[in-house]
Amino acid sequence: MSNKVLHAVYDDDDTLLHAVKEVRAEHYHIEEVFTPFPVHGLDKAMGLEPTRIAIMAFIYGCIGLSVAVLMMNFIMIEDWPQDIGGKPSFSYIENMPAFVPIMFEMTVFFAAHLMVITFYLRSKLWPFKEAENPIPATTDDKFLMEVAVGDDQKKLTALLKKTGAIDITVQEKQE
Amino acid sequence: MYTFSKKLKLFSFALMILGALGLTYGFLSAPSNVEEAKAMVADAHGDGHGDIHEEITHHEADHHEEAGHDSSHDEHLLHQLQNKPWAALYVAALFFMMIALGALAFYAIQRAAQAGWSPVLYRVMEGVTGYLFPGTVIVFVLLVLSGLHLNHLFVWMDPEVVAHDELIQGKVSYLNVPFLLARAVFYIAGWNLYRYLSRKYSLAQDAVQGISFHKKNFRISAGFLVFFIYTESMMSWDWIMSVDPHWFSTLFGWYVFASMFVSGITAIALITIYLKAKGYLEKVNDNHIHDLAKFMFAISVFWTYLWFSQFMLIWYSNIPEEVTYFVTRIEDYNLPFFGMLIMNFIFPLLILMNSDYKRVNWFVVMAGIVILLGHYVDVYNMIMPATVGDQWSFGVSEIGGLLFFTGLFIYVVFNTLTKAPLEASGDPFIGESERFVY
Repeated sequence: MSNKVLHAVYDDDDTLLHAVKEVRAEHYHIEEVFTPFPVHGLDKAMGLEPTRIAIMAFIYGCIGLSVAVLMMNFIMIEDWPQDIGGKPSFSYIENMPAFVPIMFEMTVFFAAHLMVITFYLRSKLWPFKEAENPIPATTDDKFLMEVAVGDDQKKLTALLKKTGAIDITVQEKQE
Repeated sequence: MYTFSKKLKLFSFALMILGALGLTYGFLSAPSNVEEAKAMVADAHGDGHGDIHEEITHHEADHHEEAGHDSSHDEHLLHQLQNKPWAALYVAALFFMMIALGALAFYAIQRAAQAGWSPVLYRVMEGVTGYLFPGTVIVFVLLVLSGLHLNHLFVWMDPEVVAHDELIQGKVSYLNVPFLLARAVFYIAGWNLYRYLSRKYSLAQDAVQGISFHKKNFRISAGFLVFFIYTESMMSWDWIMSVDPHWFSTLFGWYVFASMFVSGITAIALITIYLKAKGYLEKVNDNHIHDLAKFMFAISVFWTYLWFSQFMLIWYSNIPEEVTYFVTRIEDYNLPFFGMLIMNFIFPLLILMNSDYKRVNWFVVMAGIVILLGHYVDVYNMIMPATVGDQWSFGVSEIGGLLFFTGLFIYVVFNTLTKAPLEASGDPFIGESERFVY
C-alpha cells in the first residue's frame, strides 16, 4: 500500500455529495473533504461518527449554572447582603427570582464559549496555524475530496471522472 | 381519504357523555343558598383530615367566626361555590378553543412563510382548526350566559360590585357587557372567516393547475396574522384577564399566545402521530415529527420565558395591586402553580432536548400529553383563583369539563379530517415537503 492520495476537485456541492456516496459505495477510503461552506448531509454521507459536542454543551451548561448559583450566593447573600426593593437578602431561595436571569446568562455563556474552545481543540485549530487545505480554492468556490489510492489507481481515476470531478491530481501524502 | 374509525367515534361519545354527567353533577351539587354553602365548607373541614393546610383554613374559619363573621363573607363563599362548575366548564371550553386557535396561527404562519417542510401536514392542521367554530361559539355562549348574570365568573359584570369599586368604575367604558360581546363577535367572526377561506382555497388548490389559490392563501394568511395578534391579545384581556379586573399585565397577551401556540402545535403532533400509526399520511416521516417536536420544545421554553418575565417584574416591584395576583396563586394554588412549571418547562426541556428523542414517536407523545395537561393547568390557574378562590379542587366537575371537551374535540377534529384527502396534493411545495430532511 502506498501513501498516495487522489485529489478530486468538484465545483458543485450536490455533485460532491453524490460523488462521496458513490466512492464510498465502491469501498474506497475517503481521507478528507474540503469545502468552502458546510454541506448539509456530508457528514452522514462520509460515514462520520455523530458529534458528541451536544453532550459537552449540556455539561458546560450545568457548570455555568452551578457557577452562577455559587457566585450569586456569595456576592448577594454571604459577602454583602443588601435590601433591594424591600427584599432583604437573607436566603438564596427567597431571592432566587432575581438571580434567574444571571443563572440563565451564565449557563448560555459557559455552554457557548466552552463549546467553541472544545471545537477548536478537537479540530486542532489555533491562531497562526498553517492551513491544511491542499488548494486555496476550497475557501472560495471549489470542493476537494481526498481519496486514498488503493491497488488500482486507473480504476479510481475513472470512477472520480464519472462522478463529475473537474480536476484530479495524485499527491504523495506526507505524514 | 380518512375514515373515522368506529372505535374512536365511540370513545369520543363515551368521553362526552361521561363529561356531561360530571358537569351535570357539578351543577346540581352546587349550593343554592348561603346555609348550604356554609354547611358544605363545614362538612369538608369536619371530616377531620390530618392535612396541615386544612388545619390552617379551619383555624382561619374559626377566627372569622369569632370576629363576627360578616354576611358578605358568606355571600362571597356562596358565589365561589356556585361558580365552581361554571368555572370548570369555562376553563375546559377556553382551553380547547385555544388549541384550535393556536393551531390556526401556526397554520397561518406556515402559509405566510410559504414553508417547504409542512405542506404534508396541512390537512392535519386544518382538521385541528375545524374545532375553532364550535369552540369559539361555545365560549361565546358562556360569555352571554355570564352577561345574563347566570354566574359570577366576571365580577365586573355585577352592577352591585361596580357601584362600590372605584377601580372598576374607571374601566367601565371598556369593561361592559354589550361592548365585550360586540368585541367577541368581531374576533370570532374574523378568525372563523380566515379559517373558512383558507380551507376553501386549500381544497380548491388541489383541483386546479397553477398556483392561484396558493397565492390567495398566502395573502389572506399574512393579513390574518396581523388581525390575529391584535385580536388574540385583546381576547386574552377580555376573556381571561378581566376575571381579575383590578389586575393587569402588559405581556399577558403574549403569555396566553405562547400557551395556545404550544398547545396547538402539540395537538397537531399528537394527531399526526396517531394518523401515522393508523397507516395514513404515507408522506409524513420522522423528519416532520422532528420539526414539530422542535417547535414543541422551543415554544415551551418561550412560554416559560414569558411566564417568568411576567412573574419576576411583578415580584420585584411588589406593587400591591399587581402582586396580589401571584400571592393568591402561591398561597392557595401552590401545587398547580408550580406543578405547571414542571409540566410545561422542566419535563419537555429534559425529554425533548436531545435531538434523537425528537424522532422517537412515543417520546413525543409522552411529552405532548404532559404539555397539554400542563397548559390545561395553566388556563386553570388563570381563571380559578379569581372565580372560586381558595374553594378550588380538582373534582367531578373539573374532570367532567375536561372529558366532555376532549370528546367533543376528538369528534369534531376527526370528523373534519374525513372531509378531504389527507394530502394537500395541489400545494406547490408538496414535493419539497415530501423530500424534506430536517
